[in-house]
Amino acid sequence: MKYQSQKVAYWYFLAAMALFGIQVLGGLLAGWVYVSPNFLSELLPFNVIRMIHTNALIVWLLLGFFGAAYFLIPEESDRELWSPKLAYVQLIILLVGTLGAVGSYLVGIHGGREFLEQPLWVKFGILVAALIFLLNISMTVLAGKKTAITNVLLMGLWLLSLLWIFAFINPDNLSLDKMYWWFVVHLWVEATWELVMAAILAFLLLKLTGVDREVVEKWLYVIVATALFSGILGTGHHFYWIGLPGYWQWIGSIFSTFEVIPFFLMMSFAFVMVWKGRKNHPNKAALLWSLGSSTVAFFGAGVWGFLHTLHGVNFYSHGTQITAAHGHLAFFGAYVALNLAVFTYAMPMLRQRAPYNQVLNMVSFWLMTGGMAFMTFVLTFAGTIQTHMQRVVGDYYMDVQDSLSVFYLMRFGAGAAVVIGALLFIYSMLVVRDREIIAPGPAASVPGE
Amino acid sequence: MAEILTKSRARNIFYGGSIFFVVVFVAMTVHSHRYVVNVSTAGMPLSEEVVRGKHVWEKNSCINCHSLHGEGAYFAPEVGNVMTRWGVLDSPEDAFETLKAWIESQPSGIEGRRQMPKYELTDEDMRSLAEFLRWADQTDTQGWPPNEAG
Repeated sequence: MKYQSQKVAYWYFLAAMALFGIQVLGGLLAGWVYVSPNFLSELLPFNVIRMIHTNALIVWLLLGFFGAAYFLIPEESDRELWSPKLAYVQLIILLVGTLGAVGSYLVGIHGGREFLEQPLWVKFGILVAALIFLLNISMTVLAGKKTAITNVLLMGLWLLSLLWIFAFINPDNLSLDKMYWWFVVHLWVEATWELVMAAILAFLLLKLTGVDREVVEKWLYVIVATALFSGILGTGHHFYWIGLPGYWQWIGSIFSTFEVIPFFLMMSFAFVMVWKGRKNHPNKAALLWSLGSSTVAFFGAGVWGFLHTLHGVNFYSHGTQITAAHGHLAFFGAYVALNLAVFTYAMPMLRQRAPYNQVLNMVSFWLMTGGMAFMTFVLTFAGTIQTHMQRVVGDYYMDVQDSLSVFYLMRFGAGAAVVIGALLFIYSMLVVRDREIIAPGPAASVPGE
Repeated sequence: MAEILTKSRARNIFYGGSIFFVVVFVAMTVHSHRYVVNVSTAGMPLSEEVVRGKHVWEKNSCINCHSLHGEGAYFAPEVGNVMTRWGVLDSPEDAFETLKAWIESQPSGIEGRRQMPKYELTDEDMRSLAEFLRWADQTDTQGWPPNEAG
């Protein structure tokens, strides 16, 4: 850590991890309701649990991105943050808004557009926080060095904040509502967030592998070009069945197929950089998360996305457990794991220590990744059966669901592994030990055979 | 490869190409917006009651259990075609009666069965919600869902 103001990131990461804990516990609870539907049904209905699960996810990922930006921009721009004080103000606004949103969900006050349920004052709070953030990082970058990483990161963050405007636009016409809703939802996770992801990944690989900046930055531009060239018109894969023109079936199928490319490139990028890298960075756990994130993102977002993106397939699979399988693995790989990579990389520096608890951290990686993979597989099986029974044969929804219960039981088990992994991760970040639980071997003095 | 694709060329392709795709996307959005208003949702007028029903739908966060045109949560049945499934698509009165009876019978309390929460809706709310669902059911969704099961 070169600059004092990078310390701001510490508090963002702490807040993000607290919400991460809430998010996965909410997910576990929702998973249990699938197994035992009467559980809490009067006190805390499924729709409220789900709002907490999804909203907490979105907010903690954003907190992680903001923290990552505050951590890496001073280093990239070679100067202190424009205003650390504003960064703290921004964090307080976001936390008050988050607690306010959770509190109002619990007493039954919420909007009704999926993921955008926050009460209006919270939405405005998020907007104000985003503007403070943009001002702060833009002033920092403008006064300092401009690199490809800061260019792409800023562009991603500016665009995602501008798209937030559509959270306020709710047309009376349901089909228009849905179309503009996707301007936030799709153009966040399948376009602008990919810019943020690629920029952060490039920064991590630059630091962890020591590969020449020119090489990293060229890759970065190629990756984000493929992300936007495919992702913008790829929005069309959400427009098949919501009342929009039929041409979206072709535009959406073709361009969203190309959405696999940026994820394939990010995975290749990560592995090639490690292959070329000469640096033997001590933080192995951060490297594991970086490689893991790009790999799982390729499978979750890329492969599982392509699985049901062609309109001929999607006609049958739309809105089944196939979608749920894809959503879980894509979010975990692309955005959860990337955030955890940044936390793993930055936290030791923010606490001015050597990397610590790497063994526990790596155990948490395998627990979470294994759990998410298993969850994805069982939901994919459930979705395949559901698609056939409900969409091909025409059996009624609840009859089909009753025959899927074994998969929901297995999903709960997978979710429990993820929760244990998440809690272990938080423990390994916050509870500092002096030594690793498994002592590392001596540095290799003799090359292996 | 390395000499042809320099960093600054890659950057220019990124910026130029992105602008091109944004322009195409915006043009198609404008067309789609008009298509929705004039063609796909023109089957039934977007009355005040329908709009009111949409707000009832939103205020009670129905989307976090049900799906509507396949979007939402997958915990409870699709409702984009529920009026067709109930056979009341063409009768506002039957739609209202059926919906009211359904909502008032919830939660069923049956052990091992997913529970829909109890909603205290006025008759006016119920009527608006029924109209909203009838309106949504008449949207031209390119033939989706494949069958009545939704």
